[in-house]
Amino acid sequence: MAFTLYALIQTVILFTNAIAVLHEERFLSKIGWGAEQGIGGFGDEPGIKAQLLNLIRSVRTVMRVPLIAVNSVCMVLLLLFG
Amino acid sequence: MDYPNQSGFRQQPNVRMRGTSMDTGDASPLFDDTSAGGHKHSGKDAYTGQAFLSDPMSNLAMAYGSSLASHSKEMMDKNLDRFIPISKLKYYFAVDTVYVGKKLGLLVFPYMHENWEVSYQQDTPVAPRFDINAPDLYIPVMGFITYVLVAGLALGTQNRFSPEILGIQASSALVWLIIEVLAVLLSLYLVTVNTDLTTIDLVAFSGYKYVGMIVGVVAGLLFGRTGYYLTLLWCCVSIFVFMVRIEKQLHMVLKFQL
Repeated sequence: MAFTLYALIQTVILFTNAIAVLHEERFLSKIGWGAEQGIGGFGDEPGIKAQLLNLIRSVRTVMRVPLIAVNSVCMVLLLLFG
Repeated sequence: MDYPNQSGFRQQPNVRMRGTSMDTGDASPLFDDTSAGGHKHSGKDAYTGQAFLSDPMSNLAMAYGSSLASHSKEMMDKNLDRFIPISKLKYYFAVDTVYVGKKLGLLVFPYMHENWEVSYQQDTPVAPRFDINAPDLYIPVMGFITYVLVAGLALGTQNRFSPEILGIQASSALVWLIIEVLAVLLSLYLVTVNTDLTTIDLVAFSGYKYVGMIVGVVAGLLFGRTGYYLTLLWCCVSIFVFMVRIEKQLHMVLKFQL
């Protein structure tokens, strides 16, 4: 499988977009992956599910604004160069 | 934006600063640094154009120019150090021939080695030159380049070679390395292991597999299909045992500290 660096950049952008698009109320709470269900007790072992939910929430919060910029750049470049 | 501060996977690069404390002094045990001889050259150049430079104004200008150059070099080094920690990188390349030979043997045959501990020197790990269990970046970098060349050679024997293939192989291998390091980072984060491993350590460990790949491809060139698969199987098992022993060692160090 010959991956190029460009394919890697595309994959990363697509994955981050996919995580950022998951809506909190309409989707995540319905399948039990909402933000409140992530913080279990305050014990020592958060558990894999709590870590995963925390990661999803952090990605959504942190990457919203940079993703807007990166997506705009991608759109312009794809329109110009195909 | 509030992040609940959970005790989880946190890379702590401050706990073990590799090489920064060792590198600042003049008698650095990592390398013999000969960059202190730079000042002598500017002194020598002043003597050749003697008539031109005897004028005090140009003397002053030259002194000012040299001080400005050294100051800007310092500033650029400091700024570059913020993005790419060069002093920490130097630690990983402080290797010698004996270490490389022993490490290559260990990667292909890790079954006889008993002591897997990384020895420390006042809370900083010892340079790879003095301790065979320490990770280094020399073998991964050289292994990567050699793998690209050997893969080109193997493709050449099948008449599928063209010069662009080298570039494609190189970027493809680099992409797989990046994906593997990201996957390891993600798994370490999810399992909330509190570890001292920095990202560069993970790159070093992921880069050790190139040695096995090279041995496999060379065996495939020499001995045909069965040789390739057998050697590949052997190298996979060896790298697996190597990684498990190293990681168990690191985990035991952590449990002891807790």
